[in-house]
Amino acid sequence: MKAANANGAETGPTEDFVTVHVDGVLFGLAIERVHDVFVPSGVTPVPLAPPEIVGLLNLRGRVVTALCLRRRLGMAPAAARTEGEATVTDRGMAIGLEQGGETFALIVDGVGEVLKLGADTRESVPINLDARWRDLTTGVHRLEGRLLVILDVDSLLDFGAKDSRGARGAEAA
Amino acid sequence: MDDLLREFLTESAEHLDTVDTELVRFEQDPNNETILRNIFRLVHTIKGTCGFLGLPRLEALAHAAETLMGRFRDGMPVSSASVTLILATLDRLKAILADLEATGSEPTGADSDLIEALEYMAEHGTGAAPAPAVIVPEIVLPEPVSRELKPGEVTLDDLEAAFLAAPGPDEMDFGSVPALPAPEPVKAEAPKAEAKVEAKAEAKPEVHAPVAAAEGETNHNNKVQTIRVNVDTLEHLMTMVSELVLTRNQLLEIARRHEDSAYKVPLQRLSHVTAELQEGVMKTRMQPIGNAWQKLPRVVRDLSAELGKQIELVMQGAETELDRQVLEVIKDPLTHMVRNSADHGLESTAQRVAAGKPARGSIRLSAFHEGGTITIEIADDGKGLDLAAIRRKAVERSLASQADVDRMTDAQVAKFIFHAGFSTAAAVTSVSGRGVGMDVVKTNIETIGGVIDIATQAGKGTVFTIKIPLTLAIVAALIVRAGEQRFALPQVAVLELVRVGANAQPVEYINGSPVLRLRERLLPIVSLTGLLGAEAAAEATGFVVVAQVGRQRFGILVDEVFHTEEIVVKPMSAKLRHIPLFAGNTILGDGAVVLIVDPNGVANQVAQGAQASAGQAEAEAEAADAAEATTTLLVFKGGGGGFKAVPLSLVTRLEEIEGDKVEWLGGRPLIQYRGRLMPLVPADDGIAIKSEGRQALVVFSDGERAMGLVVDEIVDIVEERLDIEIAADRSDLIGSAVLRGRATDIINIAHFLPMAYDDWARGPRKAQKQASTLLLVDDSAFFRDMLSPVLKAAGFHVVTAGSADEAMATLQADQRISVVVTDLDMPGRSGFDLVGAMRHGGERLAGMPVVGLSGSVGAEAVERARTLAITDLVAKFDRSGLVAALGEIGASAEEAETQNGVARAA
Repeated sequence: MKAANANGAETGPTEDFVTVHVDGVLFGLAIERVHDVFVPSGVTPVPLAPPEIVGLLNLRGRVVTALCLRRRLGMAPAAARTEGEATVTDRGMAIGLEQGGETFALIVDGVGEVLKLGADTRESVPINLDARWRDLTTGVHRLEGRLLVILDVDSLLDFGAKDSRGARGAEAA
Repeated sequence: MDDLLREFLTESAEHLDTVDTELVRFEQDPNNETILRNIFRLVHTIKGTCGFLGLPRLEALAHAAETLMGRFRDGMPVSSASVTLILATLDRLKAILADLEATGSEPTGADSDLIEALEYMAEHGTGAAPAPAVIVPEIVLPEPVSRELKPGEVTLDDLEAAFLAAPGPDEMDFGSVPALPAPEPVKAEAPKAEAKVEAKAEAKPEVHAPVAAAEGETNHNNKVQTIRVNVDTLEHLMTMVSELVLTRNQLLEIARRHEDSAYKVPLQRLSHVTAELQEGVMKTRMQPIGNAWQKLPRVVRDLSAELGKQIELVMQGAETELDRQVLEVIKDPLTHMVRNSADHGLESTAQRVAAGKPARGSIRLSAFHEGGTITIEIADDGKGLDLAAIRRKAVERSLASQADVDRMTDAQVAKFIFHAGFSTAAAVTSVSGRGVGMDVVKTNIETIGGVIDIATQAGKGTVFTIKIPLTLAIVAALIVRAGEQRFALPQVAVLELVRVGANAQPVEYINGSPVLRLRERLLPIVSLTGLLGAEAAAEATGFVVVAQVGRQRFGILVDEVFHTEEIVVKPMSAKLRHIPLFAGNTILGDGAVVLIVDPNGVANQVAQGAQASAGQAEAEAEAADAAEATTTLLVFKGGGGGFKAVPLSLVTRLEEIEGDKVEWLGGRPLIQYRGRLMPLVPADDGIAIKSEGRQALVVFSDGERAMGLVVDEIVDIVEERLDIEIAADRSDLIGSAVLRGRATDIINIAHFLPMAYDDWARGPRKAQKQASTLLLVDDSAFFRDMLSPVLKAAGFHVVTAGSADEAMATLQADQRISVVVTDLDMPGRSGFDLVGAMRHGGERLAGMPVVGLSGSVGAEAVERARTLAITDLVAKFDRSGLVAALGEIGASAEEAETQNGVARAA
């Protein structure tokens, strides 16, 4: 998965990203969208919900919809783990995101440092990426030794109702 | 938009609403000084603020309206035309305000039409006013400038000054007003009008001054007590309080574990304070229902003019408080229903007079608290719903069959008006009659967990009763467990709890659908785990929460019931809102998030199943009707107090024996009966054979053998149409039917006979080496269910089909089938057609033996059967005949097999 070469070394202001990882892949989320980082606990699964939704949890008195990044990206379930909802979150971390006045918790495997990155390391999304990923990412940053995939928070949270029927079918299967 | 402007907008909108209402009141009660003063003050405030904020258009309009009202105050008679004009002005003001809110600046345009009309009326009095603008007040004349105040400008300022000089509402005595005549330089008024003014002005103070003064005082006191708070602030406060409640609950939980805790007393206090705080915050969300009614007097007034009816609107209980969220939802439905009552409910004045009723129709709106709900009634004294027309319309639109409609009660029929697009209005008016709306009303009310009912009486009127929960924010809920999860069930929908399971009342299954017998009624049950997509437990144990939504009653099977808790309802995430089963979620005392089950959603799910099965039941009932009119049934009590029945044609005798005559042989009860030993079989496992006293028996016999069915009590013999409601999936029952208004199980004798004699079914025939497969074709599920066990008991593997086509398909597909039993009188393709098709359907089918079942065995049928080589014809209820016929076929088939040839059955 090598980035197509378009090394436009533009100068510009830097952006801050909160890095998270799932299955060894490093993802970046715009820091201004991240409201919280916490350890999810006591997740209540929601029957009949779209598969991306892990359940609901209580974040300081607010009911937060927990969303699994792994499932959202269509990645394989974590190794040696069953499909059980609660188990996925046992070891993970959650990123508090907000959209339309609602709070969501994005469940990831772990949270890394905050990176300040300029446009010079930024690449557009490689065209050979899975369509699902292409819809959810806005770019890739070349870091030393690894790549940072920048996720688009709004696209990430843009799911549910419209494809719920299919999703429900998928869950039932 | 700055804060000042925003504040002005909210305030003005409120003021205008009040003025609306007050004006209508004033029109009816033109001598009420308090109302007039109130209106005047409000309009004046708007005018003043507009001037301050630099909104010339609004100011000019308000000013002109104020002038006219000033004339009223001076004693000009109040006419309907003038009130209409002022109302039109208020509408214009509102329109401008709306624009202002949207764009932040006053829209351009001219209001000279209204202003001129207002001024004209102010100057000339209403009597003389031709009021051209009254008819078309909405038309904006293309005037270039809005400053059209010239003719009255000086005058009005003076007038204003005079008003300002006049004493305020507190100290004011209206008697002084006539003494301060406005210095009007324009003396164009007709002398007649002037005279009236004076007369009125003189009469007024004597009658009303003291009242006005008193009212003025109270009004003044009421004013200072309120403060405007942003809704978001309240919502936030609410969230915080919920959080506090949560924390308190956690603390209490900890304190419970430490007996000698020193925290106990302060904790107690914290608990109390929290509870009070919670209550207080809840109260801030409460608003009087009158807020939702505010617009109605105006609506009714306009309608009254439009429809040419005299309508009186009576409002009671406007101070009844309910949650603002609920208030928002019911606002529009209420308005719609009042419009409906005015248009459809009330007759025209002429009709009313002809019917000997007061000419003025009345619509009564009342609200009151009742338990945790608020009840709103909208009653009119009109003609009542035309139930005959509704019945006709319902059939026309095929919402129900004629037979159904005839059977329905008036209340049920009335409910048809809640169907989308349902209207019996002969003519569509601009007000209503399009059949749009009542369904929306119902939906709106149901979304907030409310119910709506109709009571109507021809010639007397109609009453709509709406029951809605006081608040949506906090509800009492039952916390239950289903599977591994806890759920909250709103208690409003819960009627009772029933423990079910092995040691309690069992849940029974009909074709996989669970039902529960509850006080002689069958209650459909849904398992919560099943609804939620998980696999339901094999055995239904736990609790059934009996719930009612509208008229529908059903049971929700849960594994465990914990307790009730006041929960704070939080809305579902937008991502999850499409799931109809959940109304929201909440955080429990222990901090866990639980989902709130929506009883409406569950009811819909139940109904989907129920409709299907009801439709099925109807179809079966119809088929049964076609087959035969009535069946005579013996009804008895047996086991669990429930009623059971058996077709009387199968019963040989009814006996009552002495309990001590029962003998036990090899663990089986027997009695000596007519010189023979007759085995006894209890009709239900729950029946113990009495050892003394009298024991009722139902004796069945077949040839030499007899069997006594032990029952608790013989109840009755009924002759009724057998509408099998639900076909039971139990071998001892055929199904359940309602007989004489009681749910009754129809027992299957074929189940009991082998219990008495192991060889009863097989006995008369040779033992078969292997079970051959038999296809039973009957359009009626009832007969299929009745005959299947008989045939199974006779040693066949039974496959069933509901039609000739289905039977052919089954025959082609299932090569094991070796014999067919078919009903000959089926709708569509009859049994004869089926056999005809079989005879041309290849060697296997052409030679297959067929037993025909017929209600009536006539010569023609026999002839037809012979040409089709139907092996035997048996009357439909002749069980032993059927078994005998099959026995013969079996014997001949065996014979044929031994001859190793294909025997063509003769």
